Amino acid sequence: MSAVAAPKLKTSAMIASFADPGQKTAPAPFGHALVKAAQENDKIVGLTADLGKYTDMHIFAQAFPERFFQMGMAEQLLFGAAAGLAETGLVPFASTYSVFAARRAYDFLCLDAAEPNLNVNIVGGLPGLTTGYGPSHQATEDMAIFRGMPNLTIVDPCDSTDIEQAVPQLAASEGPTYLRLLRGNVPTVLDEYGYTFELGKAKVLRGGNDVVFVSSGLMTMRALQAAKALAEHNVDVAVVHTPTIKPFDAATVLAEINTDRLAVTLENHSVTGGLFETVASAVVTAGIGRRVVPVALPDAFLDAGALPTLHDRYGLTVQKIVAKVLSELK
Amino acid sequence: MTTTHEVHTATPLRKGSTTETPAERLERVSAAAYRIRHHALNMGEVQGQGYVGQALGAADMMAVVYADQLRFRPEDPHWEARDRFLLSTGHYAIGHYAALAEAGTIPVSELETYGSDDSRLPMSGMSTYTPGMEISGGSLGHGLPIAIGMALGLRYQGSGARVYNFLSDGELDEGSTWEAAMGGHHHQLGNLTAMVDINALQADGKTDTVLRTEPVTEKWEAFGWYTQRVNGNDVGALLAAFDNAAAQAAAVGAPSVILCDTKVGRGVPLLEEREKAHFMRIEEHEWQTCREQLTAGFERKAVR
Repeated sequence: MSAVAAPKLKTSAMIASFADPGQKTAPAPFGHALVKAAQENDKIVGLTADLGKYTDMHIFAQAFPERFFQMGMAEQLLFGAAAGLAETGLVPFASTYSVFAARRAYDFLCLDAAEPNLNVNIVGGLPGLTTGYGPSHQATEDMAIFRGMPNLTIVDPCDSTDIEQAVPQLAASEGPTYLRLLRGNVPTVLDEYGYTFELGKAKVLRGGNDVVFVSSGLMTMRALQAAKALAEHNVDVAVVHTPTIKPFDAATVLAEINTDRLAVTLENHSVTGGLFETVASAVVTAGIGRRVVPVALPDAFLDAGALPTLHDRYGLTVQKIVAKVLSELK
Repeated sequence: MTTTHEVHTATPLRKGSTTETPAERLERVSAAAYRIRHHALNMGEVQGQGYVGQALGAADMMAVVYADQLRFRPEDPHWEARDRFLLSTGHYAIGHYAALAEAGTIPVSELETYGSDDSRLPMSGMSTYTPGMEISGGSLGHGLPIAIGMALGLRYQGSGARVYNFLSDGELDEGSTWEAAMGGHHHQLGNLTAMVDINALQADGKTDTVLRTEPVTEKWEAFGWYTQRVNGNDVGALLAAFDNAAAQAAAVGAPSVILCDTKVGRGVPLLEEREKAHFMRIEEHEWQTCREQLTAGFERKAVR
């Protein structure tokens, strides 16, 4: 028997932070960005389904109470009404958790917003594995569900920079959008890379001769950290950030993949139907005979528990990424 | 932008003259209902089958809306100040197209393309196909949630326009309808009127054998709506109910619902008496009989 068992980590609050200790963060970047956009565009309105405080929509509600509509815990109403608001020329941002938007209200988003191509902006909290509450709250397959919806733009932001810059572009773009929301104190990462968010564009954040990472969402933060860690193993890693999942910037990504480097996709989403399969289909369609290694969540219902424990268990930590790359290079 | 703008509450005689008597108004709207039924039979004949029963049953509701209540410009379906009429029961499109033709939004001659390839008039109504069709219905339980958003959006932008949602009693099975019923009351959407066609029939049979929705009146009252229940095939009763709804319409106030008991196939005895079916089959030789019965019934009534 082992001498002293380490104390078990606790699940903590529903929305556990994935920021590293001491990391630079920005508070409620979505809420503040929406307020700023709304100051410039009086057509913007906000809605939520009893999750304003948990999606940073409360910042907007406080700034523009007359432009905020509480729809109650009724997601079909939330998105049907968002479509109705858009029909009258307004630009709604409607927030709830990703699980409820994708699983519960799909028919309403599909037929009421996407088919008429209305400017309805879906804001989904807790994308992928960002809570330890288990499958009821973990939207591990939201992109897989939403990628099949015609007209829908899907954005998986990495950090506060991405979110701040994405919000006005989502408002300005025609048609419906889905934002995988990061809320609360969100890490600020991309400001160090001379980066700007452009809807529909992938960006090469750093070059590297041995490996190319293609990543989205918070996994771009991990990809950048893993690239630094791999440098200590004399492995030179490039990182391509592709925050827009649909429409996908295949040209930029394929140009990076079509080399002799090891290609790895990294996503905070199931290996089924997300970034990996988006890249894989682009590779196959282009006839590029390249192998692509996925870092992704398994096609499974995930455990409940503390976020650091779960990120380690399912391979999203820097340590696990480094180990996977080194074993691939052996 | 303001939320204090008044919605239009009067019922100006939008189609009739300002000197029209109540009897003349009733006659004018009844004649519109008759023509809508005729259009529906003609469209049904082209298809050889279809939702003719529903169109006939709902023709009086459609006539009251399009010939009397709704503010719209047939030549400008996107006129900003228009009232919105949302058909959530997509399969009732045949009746809606007939009403849009009666209203002058689409030409009567186009009705014969109903349900044909490349037609603007698909079997199930869609906003992206047809002028005057505000939403894409068909997946039931969507109309009222969208109507909530439209009513909120119009009010927020200071529009005096009103929103009407046509739904069926079968749609009361859908939970989203009741989410929206709560939302309409919570947000006090006095510019919103729901009209429910209660024909007591759904795809799998009679409503009370599929999923019992009664007591319907008490449900809407409990949800905080100004609730009226009328014979939906009595044009006079419908006009009175819509006038009542219009009189209490306000930017902020209780939403209203008009529950309309209707008869599938109404106006054509042959179909009224036929075994009720969601998708009615009518033999080739029967269409002319249907039209003759419809005309005979209308003329008998007109003489009285």
